[in-house]
Amino acid sequence: MEALFTYGFLQRALLAGLFIALACAVLGVFLLLRKDAMIGHGLSHIAFAGVALGLFLQMMPLVVALVFSVFASLGIMKLKESAGLHGDTAIAIVSSVGMALGIILATLSGNFSVSLLNYLFGEILAIEPVEVWLSVALAAAVVLLVVGNYRPFMYLTFDREAAKVSGVRVRRLDALITVLTSVTIVLGMKVVGILLVSALIVIPAAAGLQLAASFKAALLLSCLAAVLSVVAGLVLAFHLDLPVSGMIVLVGFVLFAASFLWRKKRS
Amino acid sequence: MDWPAAEDKALISVENVSFSFGSLPVLRDVTFRIHAGDFLAIIGPNGSGKTTLLKIILGLLRPERGRVLIGGQRLDDFAGRPSIGYVPQKATHFDPLFPASAREVVAMALRTPRPGSREGRHKEETAVRHALQVVGMDEFKNRRIGRLSGGQQQRIFIARAIVNRPRILFLDEPTTGVDAEMQGHFYELLERLVKEEGITIVLITHDIGIVDRRITRVACLNERLVYHGSHAEFCRSDTLKDMLAGGHHLISHQH
Ligand SMILES: Nc1ncnc2c1ncn2[C@@H]1O[C@H](COP(=O)(O)OP(=O)(O)O)[C@@H](O)[C@H]1O
Ligand SMILES: [Mg+2]
Ligand SMILES: [Zn+2]
Repeated sequence: MEALFTYGFLQRALLAGLFIALACAVLGVFLLLRKDAMIGHGLSHIAFAGVALGLFLQMMPLVVALVFSVFASLGIMKLKESAGLHGDTAIAIVSSVGMALGIILATLSGNFSVSLLNYLFGEILAIEPVEVWLSVALAAAVVLLVVGNYRPFMYLTFDREAAKVSGVRVRRLDALITVLTSVTIVLGMKVVGILLVSALIVIPAAAGLQLAASFKAALLLSCLAAVLSVVAGLVLAFHLDLPVSGMIVLVGFVLFAASFLWRKKRS
Repeated sequence: MDWPAAEDKALISVENVSFSFGSLPVLRDVTFRIHAGDFLAIIGPNGSGKTTLLKIILGLLRPERGRVLIGGQRLDDFAGRPSIGYVPQKATHFDPLFPASAREVVAMALRTPRPGSREGRHKEETAVRHALQVVGMDEFKNRRIGRLSGGQQQRIFIARAIVNRPRILFLDEPTTGVDAEMQGHFYELLERLVKEEGITIVLITHDIGIVDRRITRVACLNERLVYHGSHAEFCRSDTLKDMLAGGHHLISHQH
């Protein structure tokens, strides 16, 4: 634990990791309830293409991936709305195209460079100060927007038609959630990598949903699981000399399993 | 917003409304008015266009022909949706694990101008408590919605629909999930809303058997409006005999 107080890079990792994980945790609750658990997975593949594009253009991959993902996610939304596609088909198509683009761009820019691997597996300990501040600011904005709109978001998720009649602007909120999700996925990629980022969205929220009797409780428990995962994951990884991304996700899974068993026992 | 003050002016008037889904005609030239203080039942067999008519009134669907006036205004330039309460047909078909307490479900519909302010929060508290008390569910407010019985859930959805103190409340097939025993209590509750809260009620059902003596007006719909008048007249009318004679399958229970 004392290592956290000694090393600057650990503190930066912790700070960025906490904010990003909180953004994932609050969004995750809505996405799971909207039966949209796979959107995180799909968008992470898009983010991969964005990172590869950034490396190819030799621009900041994080920023290129952000812009790229936001537009792609709105594209997915349009594809889904224009019907004729079943369930997850739109996500499946767009994410495969993202992966394909990423592979081609990565090859064109020479080879699969070390930094691309960092994005795949996550390297929060290598996060640069400027990225820390960008991440913290964006993640805080996501949390504020979600928490600030939680009631209409909840209404829309629970009963779309009744929400419309009550004057909730459902399409605008759909778009907002989509954009926030893509931003969050790109940030989360910094923490645990493209391959694991959807876990940050799904696992804490799933743990929170096991135990919550109210929506507020679901959000709070999800946040708690996210914070515990990041702190314990970082500390354990540092002391055991294991990958941070893997440890964060594993701690999250242990919390999920514990809340699952707790609920079983209670009922 | 301004609702018509005069008693004789209709809260809602449906004028020559026609609608079809593709080539399937659903409503033909439907015209009627809803007045303040009515306890109106719209009855008709399954597939007769009741839900479609309601969605047109609520602004969820656009009529092909005709128009709907609410408080004398076209719905397009009508900013007063909080003045309409709505309990959807499938309200109780939600994800039973959804993590919302009864209280949160009621609060969902709140439209407070400045919800963040202290005054706003206080107003919200009061509105939610009042709505829960009216439907007699105050003691269950912290229970997760999925853990309430069908009849209790129905009450919570009514509380949600009246939390902004609407002038008019629409209920689409509200007794589907409520057992026969509870239906008496359910009508008592609706009557109380009319008399004590001053809410006009429009209840939509395919089940003529549940049309209660407390209902004051009846409209029968089957693509066209077959009958519209007082409940007493309705019971004496040929429409009822025709319906009971079986042609309309009014009492069928295909949920
Ligand atoms: N979204 C829709 N698309 C196509 N047809 C529909 C749709 N909704 C309802 N219908 C059809 O319109 C008719 C009227 O439906 P509805 O208004 O739901 O009837 P009711 O509420 O009286 O049972 C039915 O024949 C139904 O099959
Ligand atoms: Mg119907
Ligand atoms: Zn994948």
